[in-house]
Amino acid sequence: MRYDQARWSEEDHYEPLLIEKRSETVDIEDSPLPDDLTREELTMPSPAEPELARHYTRLSQETYGVDSGPVPLGSCTMKYNPSLLERVAADENAAVHPDRPEESVQGTLEIMATLQDWLGRIGGMDAVTLQPPAGAAGEYAGLLIAKAYHESRGEDRSEVLIPDSAHGTNFASAAMAGFEVVELPSGEDGRVDLNALTAAVSEETAALMLTNPNTLGLFERDITEIAEIVHDAGGLLYYDGANLNALLGQARPGDMGFDIMHYNVHKTFGTPHGGGGPGAGPVGVTADLACFLPRPHVRESEGEYELYDPERSIGKVHGYQGNWLVLLKAYAYIRRLGDAGLAETSRKAVLNANYLAERIDFEIPYGPFHHEFVASAGGRDAANVAKQMLDHGVHPPTTKWPELVDEALMVEPTEAESKETLELLAGAFDAASSADQDTLESSPRRTTARRIDQVEAARSPHLSWKAFEDS
Amino acid sequence: MLETIGVEDESELFDVPESIRFEGAFGVDSSDERATAREIEQVLSRNDETASFLGRGHYAHHVPAVVEELSARSEFLTSYTQYQPEVAQGFLQALFEYQSMLVELTGLAVANSSMYDRATALGEAATLATRVRQTSGSRVLVPELLREGQREVLENYATGAGLDVETYPSDDGNVDLDTLAATIDEDVVMVYAENPTARGTIEERLAEIGDLADGHDALFCLGTDPVAMALLEEPASVGADVVVGDAGALGLGHAYGMSHGLFATRESFLRQVPGRLVGAGTDESGRRAYTLTLQTREQHIRQERATSNICTNQAWVALRTAIHAAWLGADGLIELAEKAARAPKELAARLDDIDGVDAPVHDRHHFREFLARTDRPALAIRDDLGDRGYAVHALDEDHLQLCVTDVNEHATDGLVEALSEVA
Repeated sequence: MRYDQARWSEEDHYEPLLIEKRSETVDIEDSPLPDDLTREELTMPSPAEPELARHYTRLSQETYGVDSGPVPLGSCTMKYNPSLLERVAADENAAVHPDRPEESVQGTLEIMATLQDWLGRIGGMDAVTLQPPAGAAGEYAGLLIAKAYHESRGEDRSEVLIPDSAHGTNFASAAMAGFEVVELPSGEDGRVDLNALTAAVSEETAALMLTNPNTLGLFERDITEIAEIVHDAGGLLYYDGANLNALLGQARPGDMGFDIMHYNVHKTFGTPHGGGGPGAGPVGVTADLACFLPRPHVRESEGEYELYDPERSIGKVHGYQGNWLVLLKAYAYIRRLGDAGLAETSRKAVLNANYLAERIDFEIPYGPFHHEFVASAGGRDAANVAKQMLDHGVHPPTTKWPELVDEALMVEPTEAESKETLELLAGAFDAASSADQDTLESSPRRTTARRIDQVEAARSPHLSWKAFEDS
Repeated sequence: MLETIGVEDESELFDVPESIRFEGAFGVDSSDERATAREIEQVLSRNDETASFLGRGHYAHHVPAVVEELSARSEFLTSYTQYQPEVAQGFLQALFEYQSMLVELTGLAVANSSMYDRATALGEAATLATRVRQTSGSRVLVPELLREGQREVLENYATGAGLDVETYPSDDGNVDLDTLAATIDEDVVMVYAENPTARGTIEERLAEIGDLADGHDALFCLGTDPVAMALLEEPASVGADVVVGDAGALGLGHAYGMSHGLFATRESFLRQVPGRLVGAGTDESGRRAYTLTLQTREQHIRQERATSNICTNQAWVALRTAIHAAWLGADGLIELAEKAARAPKELAARLDDIDGVDAPVHDRHHFREFLARTDRPALAIRDDLGDRGYAVHALDEDHLQLCVTDVNEHATDGLVEALSEVA
């Protein structure tokens, strides 16, 4: 398969900036306000609507999404986003103001209460908040809950344990919540080393954050022992839901001994990534921790839905109730699939990853893996391999992470891809693996832009069109 | 496929101990596309149809059809964060243009490509203050009228950074500058003010607040939104070091509090900015091309030493904001803002004619919203108006707050009539 991405170009740029097409500077005159309360002038692009339509249509064509082709980014779960989700989120009755009285937004509250319930069942958790607007915000909320729990027992625990293979957000969220981070070295098999864990836990341990399957796609087989070690030390077990797509209907974090978890609905439950967001990061907890959830929380009472403040709430992690429209899409996704569809999702996701791994000629040092695997580009630069794959009509995998694998290519094809698409991906891997060094270094050639000098871009940052005003 | 892998059944691929395998059911029935859509439509129809005069931080302006259509293009919607910039030039350029619009509006040199909302952007501003300040300090000062929800989010961010949030009083809706001057000291790391305020009043002494903060080596953080900035004093011109706000006021409309947070700051704080930044550079062909940049600030590189934990942001909403702003252009934005500066005054005057209602309560200029004092209990009036299909805020025993923009101005006659019946 060959691929040529759309490209409008002139000698020194591609699609021009809006401001270069048409802009205007307007003086503020005769406004309803006194002059000393207003600005003097405003400069903005001012395209006519047809120009605007063409500009953004071109920009969309210069963007590769799941609807363009496969995006096997490990840890990102770039599955197909059903169009139905957009349809339901466009419902006019969903466009409500957050300060409407409860009795006037019963529909919204019912969707939220039902989604809380479903997510609880899927994760094996007793109570769920929908407020965190992203996975990292979920981690942060979960850690605030852990902190409040320990404080309620008169304990001031200062440390959060995190394996070296974990997502960067885990470390950053722990720091933001005011904890010290203790990094756990992985064992030789790529999993948590029980001896290292035993040595690390103490009366300072507030929580252990784990992704399971971990970022290598490996299930932490010793999870019951891990939970015991952490709980015996008085700590809590936190589940990073980034890889939940591997386990739907197979195993639940709550049954493994996790006390707190977040769900990435933009990964597991099919809501679109939107070029970086919005997502949503609901947090589930065991019954003991429900009183610490963010406020307000939704509940049903005699057929009506109401908001209330959990008794020892951590307060708020979002100004309102999180990313409502994303949550609504997740509701549609879960309802559409139901029990059987969700279980099938994980079976197919794991099948696809294992099949693709068989079809490519790269070393995969750790296994058995589930919905994703981490291959090594070996003597090649993983970034070059990725750039070459772009010329073959596919998006490359996540590169150079986790660092446990040399020149890592972290691959997660998701359940959405057919056998034919997996073959296409395998073909792209093979082409990249057999390409000579010149080809690798000069790719991509068929994307809108050629290789971008990111080092130079960071060295002399140009962060707005003002950088080009004089040129 | 199973044969290629060498297993007989997919279940063999799961390396999950028997003891924790899930054998139960979630109890969620599946339904086909039509039934799913119908179910959701029916549940949502339980939301009352209401002419909303609600604001207080979450605003709606008419979202043009072209914004809906263009942002819904599935390449935008289904793309990931732009870690492979060569194949994501379109979205990167859209975010670069969004950042640039914020630079025009704020007068500051740097805007990131989005935070979750105003409240979390404010929290991030406080942690930024601790990183850029010359000396350590522990106090963050915010208006007493700040929305409770926003203060609670800020308090969580502040606690983790070892800061305390304190409120300073207001004077007829605006900042009480004298009291603020008396309470500020070298221990203050940031002073936050809003323009317009949570009550819709327009601050008249912003530059003095900026000077006050500057005189104590504290950051001046200003909360606002893109429509307000099109007309009100430019944040940089009054000494704002950081600007935060809900940018979803353009491009999204009411979404039960979902929005996206704008975050802009001075160039000198560039390396302490939270969240993603898009920069322009060049590609191998020598053409201008865009890429995520200065990523060493971020969690996936810097882990616990990152400027923030934010990863997934609100990029797609920022795209919508940019398209909406471009559709309006400078003229359209200013016109929309001028309407927001005129409409509350006009509506307040009409409400003031009603027996039992005094409006506006604050002797200030207003933007989008204002307060009305009522003789009857405000909560009872709110509920009575609700029964008549109008939503307004009841702030306390005898104060209503009403927000009027281009999306509800057609309903003002009805509101005035309804209020005259129930006031």
